Amino acid sequence: MPTQSQGIVNAGDPPSPPLPRRRFVGALLGSGFLATAVAFLYPVLRYLVPPKASDVGGDAVVAGRVGELKPNSGKIFRFGNRPGLLIHTSSGEYRAMSATCTHLSCTVQYRDDLQQVWCACHNGKYDLNGRNVSGPPPRPLEAFEVQVQGDEIFVRRRRES
Amino acid sequence: MAILRNKLRPFSVACFVGLAGFVVLAACLGYGQTKNTCLDCHSALPDSLGVSQEKFSHDIHAQMGLTCASCHGGDPTSDDPDKAMSRKAGWKGKIDRKQIPELCGSCHSDPAYIRRFNPSLRTDQLGQYHTSVHGKRLAAGDTKVAVCTDCHSVHDLRAPSDPRSTVNPVNVANTCARCHADASYMKEYSIPTDQFAKYSTSVHHQALTVRGDLSAPTCTTCHGNHGAAPPGVDRVENVCSNCHTFQAQMYEKSSHKEAFQSASLPGCVVCHSNHGIVHPTDAKLGAGPEGVCMRCHTPGDSCDQARVALLSGLSRLDEAIKSADQVLHVAESSGMEVSEARLGQDQARDSLTKARVTIHSFRQDLVDQDIQAGLKIAAQNLQAGKAAMVERNHRRLGLGISLIAVGIVLAGLWLYIKKIES
Amino acid sequence: MSPLRDVRNWLDQRLGWQDLIAPLRKKTVPLHRLSYWYFLGGITLFLFGIQVVTGILLLLYYRPGASEAFESVQYIMTRVQFGWLIRSIHSWSANLMIFTAFAHMFSVLFLKAYRKPRELTWVSGVILLFLVMGFGFSGYLLPWNTLAFFATKVGTEITGQVPIVGKPMMIFLRGGEEVTGATLSRFFGFHVAVLPGVATLLILLHLLLVQRLGISVPPKLERQWTANPSAKREMKFFPNFMLREMMAWYVALGVLGALAAVFPWNLGVKADPFVPAPAGIKPEWYFLFMFQTLKLIPSKVWFIDGDVLGVLAFGLVGLLWLLLPFFESDQPSRTKGWITGLGVFALAYMAGMSVYGYLAK
Repeated sequence: MPTQSQGIVNAGDPPSPPLPRRRFVGALLGSGFLATAVAFLYPVLRYLVPPKASDVGGDAVVAGRVGELKPNSGKIFRFGNRPGLLIHTSSGEYRAMSATCTHLSCTVQYRDDLQQVWCACHNGKYDLNGRNVSGPPPRPLEAFEVQVQGDEIFVRRRRES
Repeated sequence: MAILRNKLRPFSVACFVGLAGFVVLAACLGYGQTKNTCLDCHSALPDSLGVSQEKFSHDIHAQMGLTCASCHGGDPTSDDPDKAMSRKAGWKGKIDRKQIPELCGSCHSDPAYIRRFNPSLRTDQLGQYHTSVHGKRLAAGDTKVAVCTDCHSVHDLRAPSDPRSTVNPVNVANTCARCHADASYMKEYSIPTDQFAKYSTSVHHQALTVRGDLSAPTCTTCHGNHGAAPPGVDRVENVCSNCHTFQAQMYEKSSHKEAFQSASLPGCVVCHSNHGIVHPTDAKLGAGPEGVCMRCHTPGDSCDQARVALLSGLSRLDEAIKSADQVLHVAESSGMEVSEARLGQDQARDSLTKARVTIHSFRQDLVDQDIQAGLKIAAQNLQAGKAAMVERNHRRLGLGISLIAVGIVLAGLWLYIKKIES
Repeated sequence: MSPLRDVRNWLDQRLGWQDLIAPLRKKTVPLHRLSYWYFLGGITLFLFGIQVVTGILLLLYYRPGASEAFESVQYIMTRVQFGWLIRSIHSWSANLMIFTAFAHMFSVLFLKAYRKPRELTWVSGVILLFLVMGFGFSGYLLPWNTLAFFATKVGTEITGQVPIVGKPMMIFLRGGEEVTGATLSRFFGFHVAVLPGVATLLILLHLLLVQRLGISVPPKLERQWTANPSAKREMKFFPNFMLREMMAWYVALGVLGALAAVFPWNLGVKADPFVPAPAGIKPEWYFLFMFQTLKLIPSKVWFIDGDVLGVLAFGLVGLLWLLLPFFESDQPSRTKGWITGLGVFALAYMAGMSVYGYLAK
C-alpha cells in the first residue's frame, strides 16, 4: 500500500507531484470538507433544538389562563391571523368572540362600565353574545367556543354540524 | 286496437275521476268561502283597469285573506256586473287620490284590527303622514304628492321585508326618485331634483348596495318615511348621530357646534354635504380644493394653524403605516413570515381610524393621543419588518458562505482528480 | 496512520471487508463523449438521500391530521430555527429528484442501456420512477393547504375513473368517499412508511443489478470497441468516477441551498373543504402533461367516456413503457431505432403538453 497522506489511496497511482502542491490540495480539500460539514450540520443542530414558543396546534388557541382576568374584564388574544376577544363576565363566565368589528374592521374591546363590547372607532356596541346592539355595526361578531382545561382557557371556532 | 282501448279504459276512468276531483278541490280552495267575481272580468281588462289573479296573489293583503271588495266595496258574489258594482252595495269605484290615505288608515290606524294580522305592526302611519310635506300638501288640495299607493304600489303590494317590495331598503331610493328625480314633474316645487343622482355616488349608497349592509341609510332613514320631511337645519346632527354617535358626541362638545348654530349652518352637512356624502379623506383638512376649513377660516389664524397640525398628525401616522406595510410586503414576498406584524398593522390602522373620528372634537391634544398610539404600533411593526429583512440577509449571507465552502470542495476535488490522473 | 489501519484490519478480519469492496475496485466506467450522462443516476440517488434526511427531520415537528397539519408546517416554517430551510430543501429536492429521475430514464433510453441483459434494471428503474411520483403526490397533500387539497381531490377522482377497480381504489386512497382528514392520515402513512420501504428495496436491487451487469456502452461504440479493442477507453469507478460524482453532488447541494434560501417554499392557505375550488387549479408540473391530456380528450369518444379512455390509455402506456426492453430485437441488424423514435416522441409530447398545461387557463 502506498502511504499517501490523503484519505483515498489507489494502487498504481501515478508518481506523486511535488510536495507543496500535494499539501495545498490536501489543505484545500480538508478545509472545504470541514467548512461544508459545519455549514450543513449547524442548521440541522439548531433545527433539533425545540423552540421556546410551545406549539398548541389545531384550530384551538390558549387565549389566557384562569385567574389572569378579573371578573368583568376582557383581553385581546391572537386567533389565527385575526384578533379575538376573551371576556370574563361579571357573573364569572368566559365568553370569546372575534374582535374584528363588522363595520370597518377595527379591533373591539370590552368596556367594564358598559358591560358591553365596544368599538372605539365609531362607538359600535355589541352584547356579550356578540350581537350588534347599537351604532354602525351591521352584523354580529362571530362567537367562539370556550373551554377551560386545567388553568388554561382554550378558544376554538364553533363547528357547524 | 279494440283490445288496447279496452285495456286503456280503467286508466282513462281513473284520469277522469282524478281531474274532476282536482277541479272541485281547486274551486273549494279558490272560491269556496266567498265568491269573488271581480277578477273574472278585471283579469281580462286592459292595463288601467286590469288586475290579474297572478298579480293580486303577490299582494300581502290578498295573502291575508282580503279581497277587492275590502277596499273597493261592492258585491263580489254577484255575477251581474251591475249588481256587483252598484253604489247601493257599497261599491266605491276608483278610489280618489285624496281618499287613499284615509282608506288605508281605516284599517292601518286601528290597532285592534291590525293586531289580528301582525301584532307588532305600527299603526301610526296615517298620523305621521298628516305631518309630512306630502300629507300637508294633499290636504291643501295638491294631488301630485305621494299617497300610500305611490310608494307601496297597489294590487301587488308586498311586505317591506320582501326584496322585491318597492319600499324594501334597497329599493327605497329608486321609489322616491320616481318623482323626486323627475325635473319636469317637480318643476312647480322649486326644490332640487339631483338628490338621487348625488345619493347614488354616496358612501351610504355604496354600503347599502355593494356591501349589502341593510342598516346603511337610504332616503327614509334621514327624512322619515310616512312623516317624510327635510330634517331641518338645526336637527341635522341629531339625524347623523343615530349611527355616527362618536363623532356626534365630540362635535357636541366642540367649538363648532355653537358657531354653526349661531350662523344657522346645518351642522355635519357644512363639511360633509348631505345626499352626495362620500367617504371623507384627510384632504378635507387640507388647503386644496377638497379642503373645507378654509371656506370659513382665514389663512394664518390660530384655527388654520390647528388645522395644519391636525392634518400633519394624520399624514404622519398614515405614512408610518404605509412605510411599515411596504417593508412587511417586501419581507413577505421574499419568503419571510411576518404575520404577527401584519396583525399589528391592523391595530395601527385602528388608531388612524380613531384619530380621524377624534378630529370631530377639533382638539389637537385628543387627536394627538390617538396619533401617538398609532405611531408607536407602526414603529414596532416597521421594526419587525426590518428585523425580517435582516434575517433574510442573514440567510443570504449564510448561503453565500456555504456556497464558498462548496466551491472550495469542488476546486479541491478537481485538483485532486487532476493530480491522481496526471 | 497505524491506528486507523489497525481498526481497518480488525474490521476486515471480521467482516471480510476487502472482499466486499473488491468488485468496486475493479468496477470501471466506459469513457466516451456521452459519459457525463452516467452521473444522473447518482445525482438522483443523492437527492433521495437528502429527502430521507430532511424528511426524518421534518417528522420531528410535523403532525398529520386535518386540524393540525397546516399549523404544524406553519410552526416549522416560522418558529423552529432553520425549519424554513429544512422544509424548503425537502420541497425543492423532491422536485429536482423527479426531474433528474426523468432525465436519467431518458438518457438510459437514448443510450440504449436497457438492452439485454439489463431489462430488469430498466423495469426496476421505471417502477422507482412511479414510486417517486407517488412520493410527490402523497407528500404534496401533507401541508394541508388549499392547492394540495384540491389537487388531491382531482388526482384521486381520476383514479376513480378506472372501470371496475377504480371506485374501490379511490375509496382506498381517500379513506372514504371524500378527501378528508382520513385521506391525510393515509397519505402520511404512504409517504413516510410504505413508499420509503419499497423504494429502498428497489434501489438496492437497482444498484445490485448495475453492479452485477456493469455500465452499458452505446451499441455503436460497443461494436467499434469489439472490432478494435485498443480503442476501448475506461475510467476507474473508484476513485476517479466517484470523485467526479461527488463534485456533481456538491453542485446539487449548492443549487438546493440557493433555491431554498432565495425562494423559500411557500405554505399557502389552510385547506377548507367547504370553499369552492379556486379557479385554474393545476397539479404539480410532473403530472401536468397527464392532466392536460385528460382535459383535451373529448367527453365522449365513440361510446367510451373520455376520462375513462384517457386513464386506461395512460395505464396501458405506463405498462408498455415498463416492458419497453422486451420489444427491442436483440439482433443488431434488425435494430431500426423505432424505440429511440418513440422516446423522442414521448419526450416531445411530455414537454409540449406540460408547457401547454402551464400556459393554459
